[in-house]
Amino acid sequence: MLVSRKFLNDYIDIDEDLSIQQIASDMTNVGNEYDYAGPLIEATNLVVGEILECENIPDTHLHNCKVDVGEDILDIVCGAPNVREGLKVIVALPGAHLPGGEIKKSTIRGFTSNGMLCSLAELGLDNKFLDKRDKEGIHEFPEDTEIGINALDALGLNDEVIDFELTSNRGDLLSIMGMAYELGAIYKKSVKGIDLSYKESKNDIKDSFNLEIKTDNCKLFYAKKVQDVVIDESPSFIKERLIASGIRPINNVVDISNFVMLETGQPLHFYDADSLGDTLIVRQASYSEKLTTLDNIERTLSESDIVIADKEKAIGLAGVMGGLSTEVRDTTKNIIIESAIFDATSIRKTSKKILRSEASNRFEKGLDPKRTKMAIERCCNLLEKYASGKVCKGIIEYNKLEVADKVIELRLEKIRNVLGIDVPLKEVKDILESLGFKVEEKDNLKVTVPTRRLDISIEEDLIEEVGRMYGMDKIVGKLPALDVVVGKYDKKTRDIKHKLADLGLNETLSYTLISETDALKYTKESPEYIMLNDPMSEDRNTLRYSLLPSLVNVYKYNKAHNNTNINIFEIGACFYKENDEYKEEKKLGILLSGEYYLDIPNKDADFYTLKGIVEELLDYLGYVNRYSFVVDSNIASEFHPHQSASIIVQGKCVGVLGKIHPSELKNDVYLCEINLDKLDDIKPSRMTYKDIPKFPSISKDVSFIVDKSLDANSIMAIIKKSGGKLLSNIKIFDIYVGEKIDKDKKAIAFNLEFLDMNKTLTDDEVMVVFNKIIDDVTTKLGCLLRDK
Amino acid sequence: MEKNMEREDIIKKLESDLSEIKTKNDLLQVKSMYLGKNGIVTSLSAKMKEIPNEEKKEYGKFLNEIKNEVEEKINLLLNSITERELNEKLLSEKIDITLPGRKIKTGSLHPMTRVTEEFEDLFVSMGYTVYSGPEVESDENCFQKLNIPKGHPARDSQDTFYLKDEFERFLLRSQTSTAQARAMEENKEKGPIRIVCPGKVYRRDEDATHSHQFMQIEGLVIDKNVSMADLKGTLELFCKKILGEKTKVRFRPSFFPFTEPSVEVDVTCFKCNGNGCSLCKQTGWIEVLGAGMVHPNVLEMGGYDSKVYQGFAFGTGIDRFAMFKYAIPDIRTIYGNDIRFLQEFDRKDVE
Repeated sequence: MLVSRKFLNDYIDIDEDLSIQQIASDMTNVGNEYDYAGPLIEATNLVVGEILECENIPDTHLHNCKVDVGEDILDIVCGAPNVREGLKVIVALPGAHLPGGEIKKSTIRGFTSNGMLCSLAELGLDNKFLDKRDKEGIHEFPEDTEIGINALDALGLNDEVIDFELTSNRGDLLSIMGMAYELGAIYKKSVKGIDLSYKESKNDIKDSFNLEIKTDNCKLFYAKKVQDVVIDESPSFIKERLIASGIRPINNVVDISNFVMLETGQPLHFYDADSLGDTLIVRQASYSEKLTTLDNIERTLSESDIVIADKEKAIGLAGVMGGLSTEVRDTTKNIIIESAIFDATSIRKTSKKILRSEASNRFEKGLDPKRTKMAIERCCNLLEKYASGKVCKGIIEYNKLEVADKVIELRLEKIRNVLGIDVPLKEVKDILESLGFKVEEKDNLKVTVPTRRLDISIEEDLIEEVGRMYGMDKIVGKLPALDVVVGKYDKKTRDIKHKLADLGLNETLSYTLISETDALKYTKESPEYIMLNDPMSEDRNTLRYSLLPSLVNVYKYNKAHNNTNINIFEIGACFYKENDEYKEEKKLGILLSGEYYLDIPNKDADFYTLKGIVEELLDYLGYVNRYSFVVDSNIASEFHPHQSASIIVQGKCVGVLGKIHPSELKNDVYLCEINLDKLDDIKPSRMTYKDIPKFPSISKDVSFIVDKSLDANSIMAIIKKSGGKLLSNIKIFDIYVGEKIDKDKKAIAFNLEFLDMNKTLTDDEVMVVFNKIIDDVTTKLGCLLRDK
Repeated sequence: MEKNMEREDIIKKLESDLSEIKTKNDLLQVKSMYLGKNGIVTSLSAKMKEIPNEEKKEYGKFLNEIKNEVEEKINLLLNSITERELNEKLLSEKIDITLPGRKIKTGSLHPMTRVTEEFEDLFVSMGYTVYSGPEVESDENCFQKLNIPKGHPARDSQDTFYLKDEFERFLLRSQTSTAQARAMEENKEKGPIRIVCPGKVYRRDEDATHSHQFMQIEGLVIDKNVSMADLKGTLELFCKKILGEKTKVRFRPSFFPFTEPSVEVDVTCFKCNGNGCSLCKQTGWIEVLGAGMVHPNVLEMGGYDSKVYQGFAFGTGIDRFAMFKYAIPDIRTIYGNDIRFLQEFDRKDVE
């Protein structure tokens, strides 16, 4: 909401010494933030000058001018097409600041130029305010303009503005009058009255005009008729205030409707009475009904839109925009004024769908019902004065609105309880009265709310009014006196994150929304995935069911940025729908590619690197010896079929790990996903002290030659069984494939550790067990002993 | 005299022998030549039995003296040789300490995780419980129970992602304030509540300072006796701990449908300490939180008697704090996950 200082001054006397920034800051302190406070036109050192001489500089489009600026005659070079002798123009003197920069004395083609002749665009005036002539060249003042005066004064643009960013509850501030009340409360000033006087002719509107309201969405409607208006340019005060408020002046009649809306906040609509006919109907649109609005666009309406119609068709979109067929034209003589209140929610719905306008914005936020009639009278007043209109007798009124005074009880004690400070009674009364509330002192205060303040309905609302005007900053902070309780947080997730970071992985935070094409990648499951109603793009139309598509995208992004070693993880919610219910699961995703620092230097991570990380994590979480990795049917086709496994903890599949299938990604990329909610259902083992061995252990190495396809697990199972109690640890320390053995064989070397917790083992005792292990493995698997 | 002569000769010879010595081995040979089984000094003591008894005492003394002197001279040289040899060995082991260390590269936590944990720790230390609600929410919890009925203009500022075929029914939460509705609903005793809820939120908006996905933290305290002054004290403490002890906090009236009164919370600009700079647009203040007293309608909808209970709530964007804290200019960097960006956070925060 752009507020002009000149416009404000019409309604309230604000101290001239107060800077516009100070006013804006004072408003901020009571809850009304702003985006800009300063001059309407950010340009300085501008005067009106007259071109005395104007000579073309040969072979250029430039002219060398002698310009009379009152106190001096300056040489100025100008390139505008309309520059000519006798013209009165805007002169930016050397040192002038314009939006485009500072104007300096300069030399152009050997001619000295002591300033610049300006167009309105060069002053920073928005293009929408420029007529054709002003768009093409420098501004031309009327002949009778005084030379040497401030050009902004001559243009009527010497104003200051504040661009407020209002909160959605303060619809009452979408008017200069509302702003005046608010400022009046801050500066303890009263708001000036508004001239509503006019004469009425003998012609009665009721003789020639009918109103039919056929919808519940319009509870208040006034119409008046004004005849014989003369369409012309608006007086300069109206034009200036409209421009400062960001509205383009059109002609005196249209401008008055906008001007009164800005003054009162009540949107108005003027119809060309002769194109309208004798009946005006307010009704809901019919399905697919067509209407061409003022901006010459054909709109397709639906039943939820309110329209203004004649007997046959819609002629206006109520509360949003008028229709083209009944617009006020240069030839218009007689007009019907509409001032009404339409249902806020309904207007909001329509405007959101079709078009946001100054009018719809005000209807959406709610209007003061007492201003609806006032606004129509103000229009009559101005149309009579500035458009020679003759106001017809009588008013068409439809009023189904019950406006009762809102009276709210306010307790000082409650103020103290809510704000935590004592505000003296007198101060409370003063504040409320300065805001236009009526205050009656009984046991408690009985406060009557002005009708413009639709945002006030309960005691707390009044307390906020008191607080914001008294100064929220006067509240002195203290810590609440609450019972001592122990705070809790999700320690497990945090521990996992920290562990993985310690293990050299970098945590990512990627987007929950992914492309539908990725929705079921890297999973064999087929859950009902969730999509958005109105996504921003195809790339982000689905809620992820797995973190892996996101991690792969992070990988691709990094790869594209030449980052080679990518070791990342993420924990986040994943989504699906089941039995009509929305479900979320917390999952952990890991991606490895390139070198992994904690592993062998200069060697890229592989399946075992990732498996090692997963094992370390599961051990850390208390699942030591309770998990396994198996090849089963749960592995999705995006994984390498022979380098992937399901992760089984306590017999339950909690996740998957493996290499990405080369048809998905050419590079070696390893992925793992664990469903942390599923893992959480499995109770970790207790952490208890185990005796440290008092006696030394004996270590033996053995290597078997087996078929390449045989997995290490089957050998280990036999070793474990044969080793019995004395075998305390098995390690695989080498896998050999090469010339020294058959090409379809491999040699697996084990390091076995033997230990008796109760005594020192002798080599003989160990050899008995060791030889049994060798016998068992070689006979059961039919394999050869390579070395021991 | 004779003995003295003998002694002088031995020492002289020893000195001459020692002067030739280069290595520890040479020295050990010399040592055995004098003090060994058949050594020069040892053979002197063999003469003891030929010495008359009355002279034995004196001869013994002589023997001791010469033995000590020989030992002393040999040991002195031994020490110096040992030291020299050690020094030579050490010198041969000299390394180039300017070569880089072998890096033990740990990973990193995402900056948003770091800031979230910092917030959580602070509030947990004040007895708050970290509450985590679902990201897919009902319109009821996200809006209606927060005093934002259908058609309310406040919905405009949060352009919401509704789920397919669920317009105004189910959505991706647009604010962590949903935790208010949930926490009140779930508290069956309708007793005091003290929670913070950090988490992801989603809005249809994207530019340098807005991401369609970002993170907020919501705080809610419900009790019989809490006021705006308690809210202010709590947020003062929070801002001081997070942004520095010198931080000042300012309340400015504002509007949120679920709090009444509502305030915006400004802090003194941490870049210029409140003197005015480009970050704070020369005002010296930066808006960091929204807060207020829980609206009685919200309490009632949550099953609380608004005549008995009052509450305060506050909320802020975690991204904003992370961007301030680590001077990250573009929010898209946060969600870009460039490994070089992530690795920058492999270090401890400054206390």
